[in-house]
Amino acid sequence: MRIGEHPILTFPARRKVTFFFEGRPLEGYEGEPIAAALHAAGIRVLRESPVLGRPRGFFCAVGNCSSCLMVVDGVPNVRVCVEKLREGMHVERQVGKGDLLGAVAAKRGVLRAGGRGGEGGA
Amino acid sequence: MLNPQVMVVGAGPAGMSAALAAADCGVKVLLVDFFSEPGGQLVKQTHKFFGSRGEHAGVRGIEIARLLGEKVRTHLGVELLLDTQVLGYYPDGVLTMERTVDGESEYLKARPRRLVVCAGASEKPLAFPGNDLPGVYGAGAVQTLMNVHGVMPGRRAVMVGAGNIGLIISYQLRQARVEVAAVVEAAPVIGGYAVHASKIRRLGVPILTSHSVKEAHGERELEGVTVWRVDERWQGIPGSERHFEADVLCLAVGLSPLAELLWQAGCRMAYVPELGGHVPWHDEHQQTSVPGIFVAGDAAGVEEASSAMVTGRMAGLAAAASLGSCPHYRELAGEARAQLEALRAGPPGEKIRKGLARLEEVARRAG
Amino acid sequence: MRDDASAAGAVKAGGRGDTPAAGAVGAGPVTRQLRKTGLPAVEDLAQVMPPEEVRRRGPVAVFECFERIPCDPCCWSCQRGAVKPFGDINDLPEVDWERCNGCGLCVAACPGLAIFVVHEAYTDTTSLIKLPYEFLPLPEVGQLVGALDREGTRVGEARVVRVHKQREKMGTPVVWIEVERDLAHVVRNVTVAGGEQGE
Repeated sequence: MRIGEHPILTFPARRKVTFFFEGRPLEGYEGEPIAAALHAAGIRVLRESPVLGRPRGFFCAVGNCSSCLMVVDGVPNVRVCVEKLREGMHVERQVGKGDLLGAVAAKRGVLRAGGRGGEGGA
Repeated sequence: MLNPQVMVVGAGPAGMSAALAAADCGVKVLLVDFFSEPGGQLVKQTHKFFGSRGEHAGVRGIEIARLLGEKVRTHLGVELLLDTQVLGYYPDGVLTMERTVDGESEYLKARPRRLVVCAGASEKPLAFPGNDLPGVYGAGAVQTLMNVHGVMPGRRAVMVGAGNIGLIISYQLRQARVEVAAVVEAAPVIGGYAVHASKIRRLGVPILTSHSVKEAHGERELEGVTVWRVDERWQGIPGSERHFEADVLCLAVGLSPLAELLWQAGCRMAYVPELGGHVPWHDEHQQTSVPGIFVAGDAAGVEEASSAMVTGRMAGLAAAASLGSCPHYRELAGEARAQLEALRAGPPGEKIRKGLARLEEVARRAG
Repeated sequence: MRDDASAAGAVKAGGRGDTPAAGAVGAGPVTRQLRKTGLPAVEDLAQVMPPEEVRRRGPVAVFECFERIPCDPCCWSCQRGAVKPFGDINDLPEVDWERCNGCGLCVAACPGLAIFVVHEAYTDTTSLIKLPYEFLPLPEVGQLVGALDREGTRVGEARVVRVHKQREKMGTPVVWIEVERDLAHVVRNVTVAGGEQGE
């Protein structure tokens, strides 16, 4: 949920962008942390822990605690509490430790294809 | 390789004050911060500050962030490097950094003549079953989510900790239309200012002292919290449990200084609980045991933003003075010292005074 | 004038190099009830209550500020010099009751939102209270709102007499309410229909 009117703060108008959570299109504001956009859409389970598979969410908001690691455009272990949202991003819940080698290969593939921001982007 | 005369890590209240003080002495300063805006944690402080006019008393933290931010952006002696995370400190005095703009990263290095670390602090966790459930947050994280990004963390919250942070954020949760079921505090008395406590009591928020969290419940996300009374040794008392439905549990149980760079630089550290844990030893000029490396703000020992601005200024002046660029150092540092002493003089400053005394003692014992 | 007063205070505080050692330690006159619950006890309130003849006379500020903390905006926000200059920034406000006319500038300035203006004899049967209110929606003049005590419990109704918004959104609005006389020192908050306040 977004805060509407606030007694003290005025939230500046920002550009709306579409991104994808587990393939589902969602809207968020460009430049806000991915975690904020997910929260606004009611999504608070961000990954599953490597050993016990327990759900984990947003915790510190400053990139310190690694509770919020997700797979963003194929790259695992992205701290979504500080990673900025961009148009067309693909965000997925991370299960376990994340496949780094696969991510490197995927990223190279994307780079060779001449684009950034995920397979096919937006 | 960047070669600033002074490099300041962290553009919060301490770092901005340090950079401005040094730059006012004519020194070239590189001010580095991980976030895209200067301000540090000030950017989410919607309450008015205490202190005196020198520390912007009566002005909201967000406004102080704007005022100081504008100064560091426009000061010709300050180069502001945002979106940049400092990665490490190397034995040859080189700091490595990663700067990320539009998802593209670049690797940078700097070898400053003087270093001022104002990296702030991180929130302490609390151990209880279910503390890893989504919906359990550091209180400061909730404050960021609400006041910076304009997003509600949930609908109904339980706050753990009745220090100033817990009390202030409870009030701010209400301003964002999030219900606050209760504030629980393990100590027998409220740690924060009475005025902050009274403010949330008037909103009908109960404060349960001598209470702590027993357990957080929920399948995939937080659904409820069980709290219980604790005895004088802070052990839970069976039979005293109370249950609150809540989808938000905020932990405001203290901060620890972020001093990794100073560990890496070989600065002498001491464990001082009153200052938040392991803190770098520093003298009254904010200089650490490594000559040329200074520390200010919460990284030097957890205090609050008003004093962070003053310790920052002190560190900036001292760094400039050590380069021979602050001819009026004694006078300026004396003023800052007096301001700090005034801020720390009352009952709330007791903890800091004790902590600083203990820091000296630990250092003396270590030789 | 205000600048002078503040500067004098700063110089005094700054000149005391031995302040930390000399500073009072412990809760002092603050009651255990206040420390434990955030609710001032009768004894706490008795210490800050303006003298009876002053309260009878007209509107006057009630400083519900019981604890020594480093803070002095009440002093320099007062245009009439009614709050004496602070020797030490941790001092409690000392008020010259002859100078306080209950204007309420300090109500909006206090970072602790701990100052209220009370005009006990507003009418024959009612009192006027000016209180800080940082919530939405702001009440409207003439509106009947819920009157809350220091625990947030509804104790009656209040009629809104005036809503003083600050020039900037960041300022603290001050709401003037009229309540039954016996609630003059009981009501310290209001709840507005459609708002997030109160019950």
